[in-house]
Amino acid sequence: MIGNLPYVIVGLLFVYGLFAVIFERNLVKIAVGVSVVEAAANLMLIVYGYRSGGNIPVFTLGGEGGSFVLPTPQALTLTAIVISLATSALMLSMIMVLYRHYGTLDVREIRRLRG
Amino acid sequence: MSWTNHLPALVVAVPLFGAFGAPLVSKAGRIPRNVWFILIAVLTALFSLLLWQHVNATGTAVYVMGGSAWNLPLPSGMQLPVRILLEVDSFGALMALIGSICTLAGALFSLQFMEKFTGLDKYVALYLLLTAGMQGMVLTGDLFNLFVFIEIASVASFGLVAFWRDRPEAVEAGFKYMLISTVGVMFILFAIAFLYGRYNVVNMGAIGANLQYGLPEKVALIFLVVALAMKCGSVPMHMWTPDAYAEAPAAVTCLLVAVSQASLYALFRVCFSIYGMSLGSSAVAWAIIVLGCLSMFIGVTMAVIQKEIKRLMAYHSVSQVGYMLLGLGVGLLALGNPQEMSDYGMTAIKGGLFHLLNYTMYKPLLFLCAGALFYAAKSRNLNDLGGLAKKMPYTTVLFVLAAAAIAGLPPFNGYVSKLLIYESSFAVHPILPVVAMVTSMLTLASFVKVFQTAFLGPEKEVFSSVREVPQSMLLGMGLLALVILGLTFFPSWSLDHFITPAAEALVDKASYVGAVLGGGF
Repeated sequence: MIGNLPYVIVGLLFVYGLFAVIFERNLVKIAVGVSVVEAAANLMLIVYGYRSGGNIPVFTLGGEGGSFVLPTPQALTLTAIVISLATSALMLSMIMVLYRHYGTLDVREIRRLRG
Repeated sequence: MSWTNHLPALVVAVPLFGAFGAPLVSKAGRIPRNVWFILIAVLTALFSLLLWQHVNATGTAVYVMGGSAWNLPLPSGMQLPVRILLEVDSFGALMALIGSICTLAGALFSLQFMEKFTGLDKYVALYLLLTAGMQGMVLTGDLFNLFVFIEIASVASFGLVAFWRDRPEAVEAGFKYMLISTVGVMFILFAIAFLYGRYNVVNMGAIGANLQYGLPEKVALIFLVVALAMKCGSVPMHMWTPDAYAEAPAAVTCLLVAVSQASLYALFRVCFSIYGMSLGSSAVAWAIIVLGCLSMFIGVTMAVIQKEIKRLMAYHSVSQVGYMLLGLGVGLLALGNPQEMSDYGMTAIKGGLFHLLNYTMYKPLLFLCAGALFYAAKSRNLNDLGGLAKKMPYTTVLFVLAAAAIAGLPPFNGYVSKLLIYESSFAVHPILPVVAMVTSMLTLASFVKVFQTAFLGPEKEVFSSVREVPQSMLLGMGLLALVILGLTFFPSWSLDHFITPAAEALVDKASYVGAVLGGGF
């Protein structure tokens, strides 16, 4: 049971982030929600790659015996982190431009496009 | 080893190199920047054409990045497909070709169209980056790379949608698209994590070879279908489409249409090549059919009431995506049964793919016509426009051509693909072609409205100084019109040479898996 705890946390983080994206009204809080969703996805990949008692997946530094944790999810996670960094930066800068145009961060007032 | 083996990598690498070279070349001035822009677009189109020929002549091409073989034999003798792969079958090559034609048309169009704006070095860089992401999406053989390329394409398109950042609406549209897309693409990453957790590989062929259709696979499938249907602009996640398509510069919208089709490609690659037979006559196929019908109907009814020309066309792209979903959904429904497959399934898939090809030619042309109207008359509102046919004869002719094609008037190419979809979906349920035909009529009605209000009628005083758009813009539009005419006059030839190999490659999961694994694993 305790071994499943990381997955439960991933699920909770994901739902929490999604909840923030859907129900929050402040743009910055929405951006935080997106980051939480991204963190949940990254955590999930890392958890999949973990083997209990495993060493770091570098052959020359791995230490004696035992097994490696899987290197592929770590590589995937690093890539995903870089991508989420780029999207977060772009999202925050767009929020800044939106604030300049509309003078507010409230999503209910930023809606000239409709219909 | 001949150089043609490297074509899959070149199709992605050339626009990527072009994107990062663009700011440097732009330092040298306007002319070098434009030459660079067109050069890269032409080279991409050329390599895509060669790749398409190569793949059709020699079969599925597998390209291993930075290695000679796909596998990594361990000392224990076990083999895992861990390398980064590009896998190109006829379908992928056709998509790359279609995408690069749109890229070239948009690039030619934007030379004059974007002339009076600043920041064009960034524009060229983002445009080519979007091309690289799109080509990567259709050529990759690896789920995680698919995620990376989707994100590359998405980030580039957020920037391009909000390119006119002094317009509040453009930034708003860009932000809306970004929010929906970023969360949606995270669903794809979750799906990849689910599949990775089960099979320890991210290679599409290897996952497809070992797939056991259990609960984690179902969850992953739902995540993938939802996210990719969102990216291609299907109902009910279509709300970003009209905003983003309408607010982006016209040349960018031309490319965004092609990128949305690359997402559609990924959706069908997942359904047919990874899941394949296990989805036959399942709820997923019906879900795709229902999504298609809803997209067609809701898209077109929203389009009829629009007053802004690009927004109207954007709602039409929601409804056109519905046709592709309907065709391929019917094909997926018949996939498990050889009898049904030969009766109507293959026709449906061919119809869906042919419609995809047609749509990716006439829809960008319509958006470019709207851009030309905006360039010449400085307005996108149908209530203001009027009587422009005499002032802009070439644009008028091109618009009529594209409108006839999208409305499915015989003998235009849209008619051929719609007919294939009607007759095959009739075999599943008679209500499906009825929805499709009603959609087609409403499409015709709304384009008659656009033509009548914008081009016909008395000449208006305010537009007395309007002139035809410059030649380079006409050249970009003419390129697409030429392809439309080719598809119109030679429908059977195009079906035999473009569509049938692609449809057969899409359905044949065993050869897709076998091309990577070679019977091993």
